[in-house]
Amino acid sequence: MIKTAYNGLKTAWKGLTLTIKHFFAATESKKVINVKETNYFDQQNGIATVQYPHQKLPIPEVGRYQLDVVIDDCIVCDLCAKICPVDCIEIESIKATEAIGKTSDGSVKRLYAPKFDIDMAKCMFCGLCTTVCPTECITMTNEYDRSFTLISDLTYHFADMTAEEAEQKRKELDIQLAERKAAKEAAMKKTEEK
Amino acid sequence: MNFYLLYFLVALTIFGFIAVFSLFSVYAERKVSAFMQDRLGPMEVGKYGWLQTAADILKLIQKEYILPALADKVLFTIAPIIIFVAVYLGFVALPWAPGLVPATMNLGVFYVFAIISVEALGILMAGWGSNNKYSLLGAVRSVAQMVSYEIPIGFAIISAVMISQTLDLQLINYHQGVLSTESVKFLGFLEVKKIGGILAWNVFQAPHLLVAYLIYFIASLAECNRAPFDLPEAESELIGGFHTEYTGLRFAFIFLAEYAMMFLVAMLGVTLFLGGWNTPLPNIGSLQLATYTTGIFWGIFWVMAKCLTVVGIQMWIRWTLPRLRVDQLMTFCWKILTPLAFLCLVISGLWKLLLF
Repeated sequence: MIKTAYNGLKTAWKGLTLTIKHFFAATESKKVINVKETNYFDQQNGIATVQYPHQKLPIPEVGRYQLDVVIDDCIVCDLCAKICPVDCIEIESIKATEAIGKTSDGSVKRLYAPKFDIDMAKCMFCGLCTTVCPTECITMTNEYDRSFTLISDLTYHFADMTAEEAEQKRKELDIQLAERKAAKEAAMKKTEEK
Repeated sequence: MNFYLLYFLVALTIFGFIAVFSLFSVYAERKVSAFMQDRLGPMEVGKYGWLQTAADILKLIQKEYILPALADKVLFTIAPIIIFVAVYLGFVALPWAPGLVPATMNLGVFYVFAIISVEALGILMAGWGSNNKYSLLGAVRSVAQMVSYEIPIGFAIISAVMISQTLDLQLINYHQGVLSTESVKFLGFLEVKKIGGILAWNVFQAPHLLVAYLIYFIASLAECNRAPFDLPEAESELIGGFHTEYTGLRFAFIFLAEYAMMFLVAMLGVTLFLGGWNTPLPNIGSLQLATYTTGIFWGIFWVMAKCLTVVGIQMWIRWTLPRLRVDQLMTFCWKILTPLAFLCLVISGLWKLLLF
């Protein structure tokens, strides 16, 4: 009984000294430094708060946060949309009538992308899309602080074609297909006549 | 006519003091807790966040009164008023300085002790009226706790009253300093009526009152439902306990009562045990420190300084010790505090019988 009471008092006092020590040590703050710094773990005492919008923790240059697409490098292969576990990437493609050009790594572009949407509200930042991309046009950036008032703003649109342009390309493709069909039929007729 | 004007003025002053003290102490509490946990606390509203609590009260005033559909409307509505008024009325009898007390009454101790017990009724009304199992649980716990802890607190108070031989809080104050009309004896034998200061305080007039004060302090934490005895509001178990359903100004009043209660029990303890408005500085020879530092403004200063220190210790304890279990709470009260307090009472009786 007395032992319990004594132990209770002793442990309570231990706790009280601990908190009062922290209370009086609160005059200093830990400095906001990169975790890579050699003296990072030397800062054991002091206030740990990072006053976020005013102070920011340094992050690696190649962060794995928001997705970014360089649409000029995209060959619209749709691999990223297929591998995405949460289906947050939506791509539409239109075949071009001829090779459009080359990406920066030399791949030939044969498809137009009238729609390349990434819904960042769905994205779970697994990074699979960046690993499958053959031209490395979809990347993760060090941008992490994005907030919007409308949830629809979280869907990023990367396609740079206007609706009219897309419509025109579709028409060109239809014409080309029709021409090819006609040519094919003409060729068929020729063989039948022979 | 002027008579009544003075009454209103006194009432308004006390209310103003409670409001300002609550605003200040909520801010202090947040900062103290933050520093103890290596955080910064509120920093955005005003320099170092000093306007944070003012912003909070503005928000509370603008909020809607929500009355749960199945709540007992009468009980639910008047409960915060009863809780606040009970604590508010307690301030009436507490002396601030020599000759400065809102209401002189020869049963001051008894009155304060009785009126703060009414708070338990208000809490039970709030919990029952909310028609919510968590609120009711909180209220039942609170009442059980307050009723239990009134036993050791009562014994501790009586042992101090027996030393002072009066129930008038102002007279108790006078007996602990240089203004005393009777003889004041340090540890029961050394005459210190002329010296005063810390030596004349009740806890040093009779050293067993130190234990009594410790008991009073612990039990008073339970009386005002503060950690480690905050079972009635236990955020993690009862989502706030008896005030779960309260919003807006009604919640503000419950909160105000809680902080006012902190100051009230601190002030009652200071008055009974720690010399009230008496200075801690003694007269040393021709250096009449005690005489210099006794007066209306000094009185207010000393009483504030002592009470704020006690409130600070309350906060320190709150942010250190974890919450007790219900059975531990009752064991602590009935098996440790009550016998100890009773022992203090007996010693007080013997002290008066044998020494005078």
